[in-house]
Amino acid sequence: MKLAIQINEGPYQHEASDSAYLFTKAALQAGHEISRVFFYHDGVNNGTNLTTPPQDDRNIVKRWSELATENELDLVICVAAAQRRGIVDQGEMERNGKSAQNVADGFRISGLGQLVEAAIEADRLVVFGD
Amino acid sequence: MSTLHTVNKSPFEKNSMSSCLSHSVADSAILMIEDGVYGAIKNTSIAGDIDSAVKEKSIYVLGPDLKARGLNEDQLIDGISVVDYAGFVELVCANDKVQNWL
Amino acid sequence: MATIKKFMYVNRKAPYGTVYALESLEVVLIGAAFDQDVSLAFVDDGVYQIMKGQDTSGIEVKNFSPIYSALGDYEVTKLYVEKESMEERGLTLDDLMPLVYEDEDDDWAEKDSITVVSRAEMAELLEQQDVLFNF
Repeated sequence: MKLAIQINEGPYQHEASDSAYLFTKAALQAGHEISRVFFYHDGVNNGTNLTTPPQDDRNIVKRWSELATENELDLVICVAAAQRRGIVDQGEMERNGKSAQNVADGFRISGLGQLVEAAIEADRLVVFGD
Repeated sequence: MSTLHTVNKSPFEKNSMSSCLSHSVADSAILMIEDGVYGAIKNTSIAGDIDSAVKEKSIYVLGPDLKARGLNEDQLIDGISVVDYAGFVELVCANDKVQNWL
Repeated sequence: MATIKKFMYVNRKAPYGTVYALESLEVVLIGAAFDQDVSLAFVDDGVYQIMKGQDTSGIEVKNFSPIYSALGDYEVTKLYVEKESMEERGLTLDDLMPLVYEDEDDDWAEKDSITVVSRAEMAELLEQQDVLFNF
């Protein structure tokens, strides 16, 4: 089955990203396809490569990146939400004259249409939020 | 048509649980996750509502979230089933759609 | 064949205190371009989103309530407001913005976008959807 995931909350503040990650892993293990993971609201903060969590804690951003690489996941950060919150890729950096880019490996920034499209194409949409 | 409802809020903090209970039709599946798992415990002020719901809906609680909070299966309201993440995935697939009461 | 799904945006949160209502509305506007069968539900604190007379000048936040009035232009014309949610909050329909659309199939007659439904009817509406958006 084809599943789309939406994450509305940032890492560490709320359990949403942890739940979504464990759900995604379990779905992949069961042989399902995760057609897209869409990061919205503060969820866009899951895609910054500037976090340094304590050594004895889980690295939420890194494990999403790794899961994406291993399974060719499409991790999409909403551009409108990202611009508000300072999540910037190379293109956004140049367009908006910012001093850096901070999108972690395996993530890409794209429009809200990607969420709607995912909801149309997937068999299920599962939302993790506050 | 069938719906899986998820609730991730403590019923003592937000109205997500009561809203879920009153907006889910008979034979729906309800899964308590994150702080929603507090709704699955016996002898609380909302246990009566859950008790009635168990009679016409399938109610589940996410085991890893339960355990993380120092709770165990013995404390659950009768009729509530514990699932793991694989079970969560199965519930999503077994129902036509998901309503997440955030 | 293009897939047409029944999409319902479930609004359960008040505006301004958090960003969910605004960013949910942004999805509705973008989603309108995808030609799906769209409706919006206003349940619980979601009914506060469409209160009349919102004036955000004192909190220096953009007042996004006019966007709800424009939804008709995006062919988003099915807005279901739950009666019990209004009553619990001491509200009646008069406290909400009058939201209308022009019906192209009826000589552009102006019609109400808002339908007040009971909680039981709302539960049935949720049941009839293909996709439920939650923010």
